[in-house]
Amino acid sequence: MVGAAVSGRDRVLARVRAALGPDRGGAAGVPRDYRRGLGAERADVVALFTERVADLRVPVRHVGADELGTAVAAALWGREAKRIAVPAGLPYGWLADLDGVRALADVPPLDDAALAALDAVVTGCAAAVAETGAVVLDGGRGQGRRALARAPAHHLCVVHADQIAGTVPEALARLDPRRPLTWLGGTPGLEVLVVDQRLC
Amino acid sequence: MSGAVPPAGTPPPPPPPPPRFADAAREALADPSVRRGLREATSAARAGAAGAVADSADWEELRAAGAAVRDRTLLDLDRYLEELEGAVVEAGGTVHWAVSAADAVRVVAGLVRAQGESGAAVADAPVLREIGLAGGLAAAGIAVLDAGAAAAVAVTGVDFMVAETGALVRSGGDAAPAPSAALVAVAGLEQAVPAWRDLEVFLQLLPRASGAGRTAARTVVWSGPVAGDGPAACHLVLVDNGRTRALADPVGRTALRCIGCEACLNVCPVYERTGPAAYGPGGAGPIGAVRVPLQRGVRGAHAASLPFASTLCGACADVCPVKIDLPGLLVHLRGEVVEARRDRPVPAPELAAMRAAAWTLAEPRRYEAALRRGARWGRLLARGGRIGRLPGRLGKWSDARDLPAPPAQSFRAWWGRR
Ligand code: SF4
Repeated sequence: MVGAAVSGRDRVLARVRAALGPDRGGAAGVPRDYRRGLGAERADVVALFTERVADLRVPVRHVGADELGTAVAAALWGREAKRIAVPAGLPYGWLADLDGVRALADVPPLDDAALAALDAVVTGCAAAVAETGAVVLDGGRGQGRRALARAPAHHLCVVHADQIAGTVPEALARLDPRRPLTWLGGTPGLEVLVVDQRLC
Repeated sequence: MSGAVPPAGTPPPPPPPPPRFADAAREALADPSVRRGLREATSAARAGAAGAVADSADWEELRAAGAAVRDRTLLDLDRYLEELEGAVVEAGGTVHWAVSAADAVRVVAGLVRAQGESGAAVADAPVLREIGLAGGLAAAGIAVLDAGAAAAVAVTGVDFMVAETGALVRSGGDAAPAPSAALVAVAGLEQAVPAWRDLEVFLQLLPRASGAGRTAARTVVWSGPVAGDGPAACHLVLVDNGRTRALADPVGRTALRCIGCEACLNVCPVYERTGPAAYGPGGAGPIGAVRVPLQRGVRGAHAASLPFASTLCGACADVCPVKIDLPGLLVHLRGEVVEARRDRPVPAPELAAMRAAAWTLAEPRRYEAALRRGARWGRLLARGGRIGRLPGRLGKWSDARDLPAPPAQSFRAWWGRR
C-alpha cells in the first residue's frame, strides 16, 4: 500500500473522531413502530400485488399454473417478439407453448450484439412486494444476469404467489443482501405474470 | 488494489468562487421560461410525493425511525465506516477515502486509468455534482459518457451503504449503470446505514418522499464483483469534503441525516423561483443552503449568503422524511454568519434580529406563535401581496428578495388543522 490511500483513510477517520468528541456513541434507541406486515384487512397478498403492479402501469395477468405456458406464449405474441433469451434454469414448461419464437439460452452468456438483437426476455424472480408492486431479481435460478434483464424492450417476469411478501420489511427479510439484487417498479417494458396455485 | 493513485497530471486551476446567492438568483428570476419550467417540475414532484405519503399508513413512524437510525449512525460514524470497509473488502471490493472533493476526483480518475480506459459512463448523483466529477474527469482527459452507455467502467453515486453486509444501494436514477469491468461507487460518509434491516425504513421513505411513488422504477444493490455478469471489480470512494466539519457542529450534524430525496427542494418557494443554479454546485434548495455553509464554513461570500436564501416558511421541515429542522438550521447558520462578521467595524443589523430568531426557533411552540405574529405583521407591510422593502436597516436584506406577503395562514397552521 502506498501513502495516499492509507493516509486518506486515517485522516478521514481521525476527523470523524475529532468531530464527535465526547458525543460519540451517545445516541438514543431506534423506535421501530412502523408496520412489518399487512393488516388482516389485506390478507390477500396476491390480489393486493396485482392491484399495485397495475398502479405502476405495468401490464399484469393472473394465471393458474397449468395455464402458464399459454400465457407466456400469448404475452410474447402480443408484443410480436420473434427472438427471445432465457436465463439458465428457467423451467422448460414456461416455454412449452411458444410458436414461431426463437428462444436462446444465455449459456454460455450471449454477447452484446446478440443481446441487442433480442425482442424480449423471460425470467422468474426472487421475491415481490404486494404493498408496492415491486418485483426483485437476485441473479439466481431462472433469473439470469443483470445484463440479460436490462437488454431488450420487453421483460416478461413470472411471479409465483408464494414469492409475494406483504411489505418492504417482509421482502427484505427474505432476500440475501450478498446477492446482486435488482428491484423493478414501474420499469418501462416490464410485464408481470402472477401464477396462482388456487386457480388450478 | 495496487494502492497508488496514478498522478493526475497538472491539477486544473481552481474555479472562481461562486457568486452570492442573490446575484446568481437574479439571472434565473429574469427568465420567465426557466421559471415556468421549474414551477411545473416542482409541482409535479410535489404532487407525486404528497400522494405517495398520504398512501402510507405509517409515514410518521417511518420518519421517526429514519431520523433515529441516522442519528445513531452519525454518533458512531467512525465505527460504522470501519465495519463497512471490512464488509466491502470481504465481498471482494476495495474502499478508498477522500478528504476533499479534489481527492475524490483524483481517485476516480486513477481508477478509470488503472482499467486501461480513457472514458467512463457517469451517472447523475448529488455527490458527483458536489465534487464536480464530470468537469474534473474531463480536465484529466477522461471522456465522460452517458450513464446508459455500454462502458467497461461506470461511476455512480449510491444512496445507502450497509455497514453490516457491504451492500451498496442505488435507488431511483432511471439509468443505473451496468459496467462490465469496474463499478466505481462514490458516496458521502453519512450515507452508511448500520444494518440490512435499516433499509426497510429507507427503501420506503426515499421513493415516496422523492415523488417516485411507492417504489422506485429501479433499485440496484451491488455487493462486490459478480462473476460472468459484472462488475468484475467494485470500488467504493468515501468522500468527506467537509462532512466532518458539519458533524462537529452538534446542531448542524442533523443535516447529515439527509437521504437526498429532494422533497424540500420541491416544496421550497424560493427554489421554485430560482432553480438549482443560484445555489452553486454544492447542493440546492433548503438542504443545500444548510449543507454548503456547514461543510465549507461561512467565511466565503457565497456560503454566507445561502442561509438567507429562505423565507423560513417551514414547508421543508414538514416534508423531510428524516425530520431535519431545516428552518431551525438556517437560522442557526444565519447566526453563525453574523457572528463571523462581528469584528467588522459596522455592526450588522441582522445580529440582533438573528439572535432573537435563534431564540424563537429553538422551541417549536415559540416558532409557531412567532409565525402567527409574523403573518399579521407581514400583511401590514405588504403592498399588493408583496413586501417590497423591509423598514429601516433591514431594507438592505429585502432589497434582492421581494418577499411574498406571509399567507393568512402558515403552512404549519394549515397542516396542523388537517
Ligand atoms: S433535507 Fe430532508 S427533504 Fe431535503 S433532500 Fe434531504 S432528506 Fe429530503
